[in-house]
Amino acid sequence: MSRTLFDKLWAQHEVLNLGGSVSLIAIDRVFLHERTGSVALKSLREAGRTVVDPGRVFCTMDHIVDTLPGRGDETRMPGGKAFIVETREAAAEAGIRVFDVRDPQQGIVHVISPELGIVLPGATVVCPDSHTCTQGAMGALAWGIGSTEAEHALATGTLRVNRPKTMRVRFEGRLAPGVTAKDLTLALISRHGSVGGNGYAVEYAGSAVRELEIEARLTLCNMATEFAAFTGLIAPDEKTIAYLKGRQYAPKGEDWDRAVAQWRTLVTDEGATFDKEIVIDVSELAPMVTWGTSPQHAVPVTARVPALEASGTPREAYERALQYMGLEAGTRLVDLKIDAAFIGSCTNSRISDLRRAASILEGRKVAAGVRAICVPGSMTVKRQAEAEGLDRVFRDAGFEWRESGCSMCFFAGGESFGARERVVSSTNRNFESRQGPETRTHIASPETVAASAIAGHLADVRELSNVGRPEKAPTATAGRHPGAGEAAGGAGRG
Amino acid sequence: MEQFETLTAVAAPLLRDNIDTDAIIPSREMKSVSKTGLSAGLFAGWRYTAIGGREPNPDFVLNQAAYADTKIILGGSNFGCGSSREHAVWALHEYGIRAVIAPSFSSIFFGNCIRNGIVPVRLPAATVATLAAWVEQDPAGHRMTVDLAAQTVAAGSGKIYHFELDDEPRAMLLEGLDAIDLTLKQRPAIAAFRERDRRERPWIYLDKA
Repeated sequence: MSRTLFDKLWAQHEVLNLGGSVSLIAIDRVFLHERTGSVALKSLREAGRTVVDPGRVFCTMDHIVDTLPGRGDETRMPGGKAFIVETREAAAEAGIRVFDVRDPQQGIVHVISPELGIVLPGATVVCPDSHTCTQGAMGALAWGIGSTEAEHALATGTLRVNRPKTMRVRFEGRLAPGVTAKDLTLALISRHGSVGGNGYAVEYAGSAVRELEIEARLTLCNMATEFAAFTGLIAPDEKTIAYLKGRQYAPKGEDWDRAVAQWRTLVTDEGATFDKEIVIDVSELAPMVTWGTSPQHAVPVTARVPALEASGTPREAYERALQYMGLEAGTRLVDLKIDAAFIGSCTNSRISDLRRAASILEGRKVAAGVRAICVPGSMTVKRQAEAEGLDRVFRDAGFEWRESGCSMCFFAGGESFGARERVVSSTNRNFESRQGPETRTHIASPETVAASAIAGHLADVRELSNVGRPEKAPTATAGRHPGAGEAAGGAGRG
Repeated sequence: MEQFETLTAVAAPLLRDNIDTDAIIPSREMKSVSKTGLSAGLFAGWRYTAIGGREPNPDFVLNQAAYADTKIILGGSNFGCGSSREHAVWALHEYGIRAVIAPSFSSIFFGNCIRNGIVPVRLPAATVATLAAWVEQDPAGHRMTVDLAAQTVAAGSGKIYHFELDDEPRAMLLEGLDAIDLTLKQRPAIAAFRERDRRERPWIYLDKA
């Protein structure tokens, strides 16, 4: 019988059916972080329970840890230090590998898990973090859970899971220049709503997905949770296999060969049926940006703030969103001046994201009055970027260059962009006060963030050619541009 | 976990769609590694007049006298979306909420409710709106009843709405079961699974025992 990728992953991990649609599912990897993993470890210990297989459990410090240079356990978030210290102690006691504050492999959980080969095709991966769906891009069944469920997974190596329905979203066609995986996910959510994926495990497929590199696939799956999906996933292919080969926790030797043979079977069979299918022609998509306070409030950057009828939002929510965002219907998005620009988060902080943003920033300057921040997703990404000189591109353009972590993707009482400040952000949520009390967030791709930072307003990256970059740099200042400056060595660093 | 049978209580309408867990409990209100001490932060952004303050905002429904004994929330679609933080459910529970009635829930929030003795009731948006209108006529007097065994919500005489909840989560709530204890009874089946799986997929096991 023809089966979907999801059907295969479910069957592979089903220990028992517990009645109806609930099954006991074997969990292969548990990831924790200091924000919500700490309480799971603490509660487990208080109940006198132990971690059943600590070798398959990992923990990172990403949510609360500061991203300012010279950071330690102290954070700007009230009570933050306790989360870090208690997580460290509990994880050590449980025998769990911790990517600690000063660990050279520290980073955002959904960045370091693929980077280190912890998530593998065909594995079940859970983490008390809603963006765990990101890791489905590797062909894994990966989903976010609560802390009590994390405790359950730690203590039993299983979870009691209500089987979701299946959906396939096929992105067909070729992406136009300047259009990215971020724009695919925003287009999907804007068309089908922030609740469109509710109850479904969503397989992303189609020619445009096959063309995406692994890091872009991670971006695509990252926002399955903003689509209300149980998870997102993509069948592993030769790109996935090539990406994983040689990674620290990936299988080696004979295990590698056996694993690869099994991974190649992890595809949706011809003729398998889904409970729902969506097809999107990507060739007509433009870079997307959000105007409101839900990820479904996304439109092409060339568009205007929609009228009520075109917003797909009930009147009260629509009016509230406009008021919160300080907008009026009919305003061109590219006419919106910005106060800040943020590149980072589990959505868009990988090396390819930074390379693309840097290619736009190179030789240009952030507009006056715009605060711009780049937070690499992991220390490994940061080192790689620095080896390539990208940090200098960011710094020379006027960006802050940070240590890795979740940083200002969300506000936890520490740093924020400020009330009514307008931020263009490569993150995943534009909820009210997500990035700070009354802060106005516009979600976009890293290249749109970079282009907007230079322009000083929301900008179409495809029209950037002359914005902020002198057509001919005067000789006296040429050396200040990274393209020329790189040859001069490390000047301007630190 | 406490058992849930039947609840008759005041319900507060918060019919906005996409009420996210950061609205239910802002991250800044999660000040220690604990499941308790969270109710003061419940809906903090809406409930108080200033960020970090504790002066009640009189416009917020839970601050109104008629809703003082609220144990049921009437919500919009995609309730509990956003961050997986279980603190949202712990804060609701500590405040006294025992049921949330909404057209749809985020799957993580839904699961967190089941594990903490809060009944997530899915009813069509039009029904939730009808319930809210009925409540607003007399918030303190128009108490509704959630009967989990019968899977019904009753609002006044004769108005009974049926809802669906799978047997397994319903049993967990009705009997107040601890999921970990229950699963640990399946140890032999889990061990057998792992033994077979270790042969089929040795690369998953990192201890190399």
